[in-house]
Amino acid sequence: MTVITGDATATPVASVAPPAPSAPGGLRRESAWRRRDRRWGYVFIGPQVIGMALFVLLPFVASLVLAFASWDGLTELTWVGFENFTAQMQDELLLRSIGNTLLIALITVPIGLGLAVVIAVALEKLKTRTLYLILFFAPVVTSTVAVAMIWQQMFRVDGVLSETIAKVFGIAPPDWLGDPSLALLAVCIVSIWSSLGLNVIIFLAGLQNISPSVIEAARIDGAGAWRLFRSIRMPLLSPIIFFSSIVAFISSLQTFDTVFVLTADAGPDNATRTIVYHIYDLGFGRFEFGPASAASVILLVLTLVITAIQFGAQKKFVHYEDDAA
Amino acid sequence: MTAADIETTLVGRPDLERPSSPRAGVARRRAGSTALHVGLVVAGIAMVFPFAWMLITSFKTLPQLLQDPRSFWPAPWTIDNYVEAWNAVPFGQAYLNSIYICVLAVAGTLLTASMAGYAFARIRFRGSRVIFIVFLATQMIPKQVTLIPFYLLMAQFGWVDSHLSLIVPAMLVNPFAVFLMRQFVLSLPKELEEAALVDGAGRWRTFWSIILPNLKPGLGALSIIVALDVWNSFLFPLVLLNSPDLFTVPLLLSSFRGQFGSINYGLVMAASALATIPMLIAFVIGQRRILNSMAASGLGGR
Repeated sequence: MTVITGDATATPVASVAPPAPSAPGGLRRESAWRRRDRRWGYVFIGPQVIGMALFVLLPFVASLVLAFASWDGLTELTWVGFENFTAQMQDELLLRSIGNTLLIALITVPIGLGLAVVIAVALEKLKTRTLYLILFFAPVVTSTVAVAMIWQQMFRVDGVLSETIAKVFGIAPPDWLGDPSLALLAVCIVSIWSSLGLNVIIFLAGLQNISPSVIEAARIDGAGAWRLFRSIRMPLLSPIIFFSSIVAFISSLQTFDTVFVLTADAGPDNATRTIVYHIYDLGFGRFEFGPASAASVILLVLTLVITAIQFGAQKKFVHYEDDAA
Repeated sequence: MTAADIETTLVGRPDLERPSSPRAGVARRRAGSTALHVGLVVAGIAMVFPFAWMLITSFKTLPQLLQDPRSFWPAPWTIDNYVEAWNAVPFGQAYLNSIYICVLAVAGTLLTASMAGYAFARIRFRGSRVIFIVFLATQMIPKQVTLIPFYLLMAQFGWVDSHLSLIVPAMLVNPFAVFLMRQFVLSLPKELEEAALVDGAGRWRTFWSIILPNLKPGLGALSIIVALDVWNSFLFPLVLLNSPDLFTVPLLLSSFRGQFGSINYGLVMAASALATIPMLIAFVIGQRRILNSMAASGLGGR
């Protein structure tokens, strides 16, 4: 190998030569200090590296290994090859979970981020917005369990929401949590409601970072409110929206708390069963650690693929200022 | 005084740009501003109503809920639901559990993450780039992917049904916190520590008495982010804890629903209020710092 490539022949020559044309004088003392300092580097990252190895990387590798095994935690572990994956991919419950999860993500992310942009732009125009910020952010600091329980009462057939809808539209009161076709929508509504505030304050902070002179210059050129939004604010905000959309997508692929509490045990006829619920159910409901791990790996792959797609799409939609150049 | 007025006083130009019909422009902007306010008020009500409904429902008696579920206001008002919810499950204990788990997890994260963030930002050592990239990459792994092996590992340690399984891992690993602290250290001027290092203060002294005090705003933001995360986490405590005495607040609330079903939902709402109101009050008190911290973390520490 070394013989064939032109680059490699240069390396031995370089390694024969002394380290580098370095500073005169206290070279040796300097390098002794460097060596000691390097050790300090390892000491400082030590705790986090140990934690990373023990509590993230080890379980992660174990998850990949368990995905190819059959084990209930008690009897002997046996290797089954790709059987867990083939069984899972044919399991109607998993396919359903994937479908539901993707649907939740595809509904909540665009609507949630879109609403947040509109609200942030509106709030930026206000002089006093503290009260609004508190209202929008309150669900974010509330535990998802409590949020789900509150909305469970909101969504009752004889509850205030269904009654109002029935009165306004002259239809039978919708049974949000009992009707399989509405349960997933209910989960989406709760998830948009509870995450809206976070994106609003992030976008608001982003809008406030836009220099007023840019806005004013465009205004002097005759740009109206819509034009300002479309041609100035949106492009300058787009890197932040992109970052938030990645975070939002990843977290909606992990939906669990809401479906666990709001639609008790994944809703009527598994209508709101998500991938994480599926993993939980297989692992801790039935103690099938192998298939549960296979489902975990599928969740990981799905997350990576969707994030990659988003990064691929960003070139078209995201505007970066040329400060990098 | 309205938003439209502020805009014109700040910029004061649009009318000059459209001399053709200044009056129409003003009228249109008035209409736009009204629409903006109406829209925000409607959105604000949508945000607050579920909380208000929780409180209203929590003061209703069971007979009222059963006989007249459509009534809006409680008649009569009662606080029995609160008394019953508080006595039925160990709420006080759950608050103590959540608070001390949060405090330890936050303190540990602040120390280990700022140490690692400092090293990645300022100390040159072999492998630092690769290790940092591993830290960034693991953020792509959903925590739930490791749920089952993590549980099995905790079982090996004998930490199932113990708070150690929630505290120790939280203290020792948080790639996002490391990333955030690295960003904060990078924003400090280099001269700050160089003077100390030249004077012969070791790395640890430099870190402890020069870097850490200057990181205070960053540490404040990080503690809020971590505290919210730990306080509200549900799936891992659900899997790892079995004894009601060890439950955190969200876990206790979820088990409450399981025990008391959906018949007496005044009681369930009282329990929800007991779990949420203290947090909401704390949020309103610290709202300025909390909102700024969350915005900073959402912008990736920029």
